[in-house]
Amino acid sequence: MATGIKDRVAILGMGCSRFGERWNASPEDLMVEAYGEALADAGVAPEQIDAAWFSTHMDDVGTGRGGTPLAIALRLPDIGVTRVENFCAGGSEAIRAAVYAVAAGACDIALAVGVEKLKDTGYGGLPVATVGTYIPQWYPNAVAPANFAQLAAAYRSRHRVDAALLKRAIAHVSVKSHANGARNPKAHLRNVITEDQVLKAPIIAEPLGLFDCCGVSDGAAAVIVTRPDLARALGKTDLVTFKALQVVASNGWEMQGSEWDGSYVHTARVAARRAYAEAGIADPRRDISMTEVHDCFSITELVTMEDLGLSEPGQAVRDVLDGVFDADGAVPCQIDGGLKCFGHPIGASGIRMLYEMYLQLLGRAGARQLPGPRIGLTHNLGGQPSQNVCSVSIVGLEGA
Amino acid sequence: MVGIIAYGGYIPRLRLERRAVAEANAWYAPNLAARAKGSRALANWDEDSLTMAVAAARDCLGPGEDRRHVGAVFLASCTLPFAERLNAGIVCEALTLAPETAATDIGGTQRAGLSALAQGLARVRAEGGHALVLGADERRATAASPQELDFGDGAGALLLGDGDVLAECLGAATVTADFVDHFREAGRETDYAWEERWIRDEGIGQLVPRAVTAALARAGVAAAAVDHFIFPTVFRKADEQVAARCGVPAAAVTDALLDRIGDTGTGHVLLLLAHVLERAKPGAVIVAAQFGSGAEAVVFRVTEAITSFRPVRGVAGWLARGVAERNYTKFLSFKGQLALERGMRGEQDRKTALTTAYRHRAAILGLVGGRCRETGRVHFPPSRLTQGQGGARLDTQEPYKLAERQGTVLSWSAEYLSFHRSPPHTYGQVDFDGGGRILMEFTDVAKGDIEAGTRVEMAFRIKDIDDLRGYTRYFWKAVPVQPLQPLERHAAE
Repeated sequence: MATGIKDRVAILGMGCSRFGERWNASPEDLMVEAYGEALADAGVAPEQIDAAWFSTHMDDVGTGRGGTPLAIALRLPDIGVTRVENFCAGGSEAIRAAVYAVAAGACDIALAVGVEKLKDTGYGGLPVATVGTYIPQWYPNAVAPANFAQLAAAYRSRHRVDAALLKRAIAHVSVKSHANGARNPKAHLRNVITEDQVLKAPIIAEPLGLFDCCGVSDGAAAVIVTRPDLARALGKTDLVTFKALQVVASNGWEMQGSEWDGSYVHTARVAARRAYAEAGIADPRRDISMTEVHDCFSITELVTMEDLGLSEPGQAVRDVLDGVFDADGAVPCQIDGGLKCFGHPIGASGIRMLYEMYLQLLGRAGARQLPGPRIGLTHNLGGQPSQNVCSVSIVGLEGA
Repeated sequence: MVGIIAYGGYIPRLRLERRAVAEANAWYAPNLAARAKGSRALANWDEDSLTMAVAAARDCLGPGEDRRHVGAVFLASCTLPFAERLNAGIVCEALTLAPETAATDIGGTQRAGLSALAQGLARVRAEGGHALVLGADERRATAASPQELDFGDGAGALLLGDGDVLAECLGAATVTADFVDHFREAGRETDYAWEERWIRDEGIGQLVPRAVTAALARAGVAAAAVDHFIFPTVFRKADEQVAARCGVPAAAVTDALLDRIGDTGTGHVLLLLAHVLERAKPGAVIVAAQFGSGAEAVVFRVTEAITSFRPVRGVAGWLARGVAERNYTKFLSFKGQLALERGMRGEQDRKTALTTAYRHRAAILGLVGGRCRETGRVHFPPSRLTQGQGGARLDTQEPYKLAERQGTVLSWSAEYLSFHRSPPHTYGQVDFDGGGRILMEFTDVAKGDIEAGTRVEMAFRIKDIDDLRGYTRYFWKAVPVQPLQPLERHAAE
């Protein structure tokens, strides 16, 4: 019987580059920026790192497809470096690999780095991806906004929600994230916006307008992990430890039969349930201090509140509008601005989410610091509602 | 008794108002104003002669699962998408016809519709079984030309057989002459035409009566006994003049629908024949003629069995579901005559892996999924493993056709981000009646047409066009279910 990951691995150090349109930074520069901060924070020498995992999604940004881009960019000391890829959840996958390696006793100190250099592709929004030889022959040439926008259509239908009310609720999601991002010096988008601006913005994919879509950014994030006893031996006192790491990949169930109604993300519900069991969380709304969720689009964040059990089914609209997930609400969400405003360099996002949890738990989040958080949850979703990879991770202060 | 046992047609949804064309070109070709009456049928960007032929064939064949009775397909068109790659073969796959089905492309002249009909009749006489005769054109004309206004897009379909026919073929005749009223070099988009008066008087006026008279003689039917005279021509009153010259009563001359849909080319005669059959009475004599490199004519007599059949929608149904289109630049763009900015997403390589296409041709072209014989679960695309209670099952899926099943929209969106030839690009999940779910594109939709719960049916359409290599690939899309129109056969005419 597996015992789970709870409290077996601790964060030794973390780093995150400034996200945004980093016109003058290469992917290598971004990795160095994040890694440098993580290394200094960890207080270890590069030679102490035993293994590394590397997350990047797009293959056409000059970083290649193996582990070498990371090993070379960081001049790592002749260790195993593996590239992991799981759509937008790749960053969380790299964390999981490093944490499992430490928990398995295969290494003492492991590194996970995620990076994406989207602004060298020439696109506004995500670049067009290639998807093999069969899928394009029948599958729509779909784009992410329309894939996720379908959640809105199905949600309205499932819960009989008025279109204008849902539009206003998801507008609040974005207004809140902009307010949070404005207080984050590393965030891509730091402007405060109004509900009226969101509602009047041009439509990208019905019903999502420009402000319902997250930033497309350059950036990198890094984490160095080790066992709690080694962390203490290296001088760390306040430890942030992993409580749960769960990943669930769609197996085609959503697209067969008619059980799934399209209004939620099935894998997220399964991953959340398993993560709560692994972490020993009985009541997420009471026990979780804050969340960083995969708000690639405002509607995604809204339904995720239900998928994570933070809102009752059909109640997220009300909870969002009531400010439950605002910075001063019961369970603040995207306190760093989220994908929406911190930005979404795909391969780095899962690690960026963890970075905010780490800062908040240690009281190092500056102007946006929440009062005394103890448990944080990150939710990192790759793919699209009908077929995806969903990661739910829970971290907290040691003993919390 | 050899003749027609089923018929159908197809007219695309968009009806371009000729006034919009004339007004857009008034600065350049003010003479077009004289022709600015009525509308012409306009194929959507994802329709071509092949997809329209499939639509007409489905209108004719109906939703039946078993199509093994169709032994041959003759596809007539002067605008087939492939010069080499059997277009009729694509039709066979889309209709899930048996691999033993003979398939032939016929073209080269505007009278190819009746040439295909003659081939079909010959096949039925020689081998029995049923022959499917299709005629379709997605016509191209130079901007600001009279043809742009005269032409239309559409398709007709006839199923021929021996035995209990709806209309018996009494006789047919052909005149072949290299009378070049217009021509189009291989590979060119548009025609070059000669003087209209010469075409009307020396071409149509001389050649068509010869074919009609010969066909009537073979049929042993007096010209005066003709009830329906079908001769599509863009020359005003030329049909009446030909009828008069042959001795066919003026009242028999059929409206060629030119004011409503334009001249849809090789398939127009089949479309009109189908339209006449929708309302013809038992015993009626029908003559259909076509002009091009000579002329061709055929004579039918309607039987008592005519009342026992109706097409799915019929030409009357397709006529009724038209939507007025007034956007001339949309028309030009759909016809490939206006290169609109595509943005970076329009640069995506649309190369088709032909190995993959062949391996999955039943799923892609025929919309054939897999249904687990143990759980009843329907999978698309089909797969070797089926989910279900008690774990996955291996190799339990059997071919399951989805194309003739309707479905319900589960979720949808309409986006303006990806490159699409007619934005917004609208797609979503469709749940099929009887099982099966596909995330698929919607087409022929206007804002507000799609919502969760909307009922949809399937249409065979262009999926992508590989401009770089000249390869069109096809798949199925969802369109909102159209209400069935009553066909008023015995209403007074």
